[in-house]
Amino acid sequence: MHSGAKRLLLVAILVAAVVSHFSAQFNRYYLGVAIDIGINIILAVSLNLINGHTGQFSLGHAGFMAVGGYSTAKFTLTLQPLLPPWAQPLIFTAGLLLGGLTAAFAGLGVGVPTLRLRGDYLAIVTLGFGEIIRVFFQTTEAFGAATGLTGIPNWTNFGWAWGGAALTVFVVGCLVNSTYGRGFIAVHDDEVAAGATGINPVRYKVTAFVIGAFFAGIAGGLYAHHKQFLSPGGFDFMKSIDIVVMVILGGMGRTAGVIIAAVLLTILPEALRGFAEYRMILYSLLIIVLMIARPQGLFAFRRQKN
Amino acid sequence: MTEILQQLINGLALGAIYGLIALGYTMVYGVLRFINFAHGDVFMLGAFAGYFLSPLVNRFLPAQSYLGAALVLVLAMAICAGIGVLIEFLAYRPLRRRPKLTVLITAIGVSLFLEYTGQHKSVFGAAPRKFPDLIPDTAWHFGGLVLNTNQVLVFVTTVLLLIALTFIVQKTKMGTAMRAVSFNEQAAALMGVNINSVISFTFGLGSALAGAGGILFAMNYASIDPLMGVQTGLKAFIAAVFGGIGNLPGAALGGLILGVVETFAGGIPGLSNYRDGIAFAILILILLIRPAGLLGKLQTEKV
Repeated sequence: MHSGAKRLLLVAILVAAVVSHFSAQFNRYYLGVAIDIGINIILAVSLNLINGHTGQFSLGHAGFMAVGGYSTAKFTLTLQPLLPPWAQPLIFTAGLLLGGLTAAFAGLGVGVPTLRLRGDYLAIVTLGFGEIIRVFFQTTEAFGAATGLTGIPNWTNFGWAWGGAALTVFVVGCLVNSTYGRGFIAVHDDEVAAGATGINPVRYKVTAFVIGAFFAGIAGGLYAHHKQFLSPGGFDFMKSIDIVVMVILGGMGRTAGVIIAAVLLTILPEALRGFAEYRMILYSLLIIVLMIARPQGLFAFRRQKN
Repeated sequence: MTEILQQLINGLALGAIYGLIALGYTMVYGVLRFINFAHGDVFMLGAFAGYFLSPLVNRFLPAQSYLGAALVLVLAMAICAGIGVLIEFLAYRPLRRRPKLTVLITAIGVSLFLEYTGQHKSVFGAAPRKFPDLIPDTAWHFGGLVLNTNQVLVFVTTVLLLIALTFIVQKTKMGTAMRAVSFNEQAAALMGVNINSVISFTFGLGSALAGAGGILFAMNYASIDPLMGVQTGLKAFIAAVFGGIGNLPGAALGGLILGVVETFAGGIPGLSNYRDGIAFAILILILLIRPAGLLGKLQTEKV
């Protein structure tokens, strides 16, 4: 199974690279939306590890995305003038890794103290942390304060976004299906029982949090080099809700469903541009109706064999 | 010294409003064990109810009269109570036996629905509006201290509402039923308590308090908009957790402390930019140091 998954990953990255090579011939608007989709897949799949597989409820994913985005952008903005152009991919790779790691550290810092909490308390504390992170960027001059960071080079192309998405799906998939990863699902199903069988729920929750934050950070870095502009307002509570809704719509813990939901929820707002003023009203109604009628998610048709 | 006292007065006025909203969070948490995310938006609706009621009331009562203000307050509270009951009936009741997170997400959905519907141009519109002066604005000076009528009104109204609430919860049959449901829902149901009507009543009561909070807030800060409930609601929730969620005096106390701390922090130069972050920092500290809150009791989990 694992060698098959690895082959799939290689094929996916290769396809992304090939498509990316010819991307100059595509319509720029559609290409932009396609890159958005890739980034959203990373965000949704990584949040799915926390909210879906491990059964926690984080409302602060946008905060980790902000940490990753700002650190990557700051890194590339500092190094780009110093190094020759051929070093660009190297700077970008290092910057993304740095962004991911900073976000992972933020995840560790948030996770260790808070993951003793459960359910709605955890939700509200992660929300609080997301807000604190946003306020931090909004008030720190080095990160552009309220105006934001501008002039970030446009390095995220189709290959980077979808390669990153493929990598995220691969890592999260392999992790959850590994022997170690059974622990996440055990914590999800019954924390007390998991603890009684020798699994340390807090450690698993923190691990899920750190890995989820790492990929959110990478998504943030890709986002920064796609939009070429970062402002603290872009990482508010609404952004976190958007990602949560992707996970819920796809079905918590169902990777395939979450990917479909990420694709749909990126395309839908673009398609509804004509009805912009009703869009968010419909969106909120969708959440309510979905929760009442189909809380297991739209694309969760059968239970995975776990 | 005068400055500190002045900040204390301003902080207590803000804190009293937080406390009123926090009571609604705490009561709903007491009977249903979930965070009613839409509560902050009911607070917003209360302010808008006051905005639209004030010209109507002025048709048969002189403008800026205390009687008129009281009438606006009572009517807005009644409207909010109705909205609260309706929200519970439509959105939360179908989910009574579902996992907590499902209900929490629905509550977020309801909250977004109220905010975005409010922002639509044919409802309230996104632009802030100026709240009418319900009472004549006079300021009293004590030495260097300034105390204006709106602040006095906040204190008086809050105290009256707290007395009324204590009476309802402690002395009436419905209040006893509320406490019974919050203590043990199943046992209460077996004793003949109608759970649904108790929950509806709790939502109505909490929403009425949020509506009163909305009017008082609007009178003090003059500007209202459809998103005013987001930050205020979150802070009131933090106040509820701070005081010990499910605990009524705790919610009022938490609100007062939070209001004072926030106002003082806003006055310190280096810290004022972080004003909005401070409430969350308090929340995180409280949950780490004393998860049950100031007055709450820690419950052990039974398997």
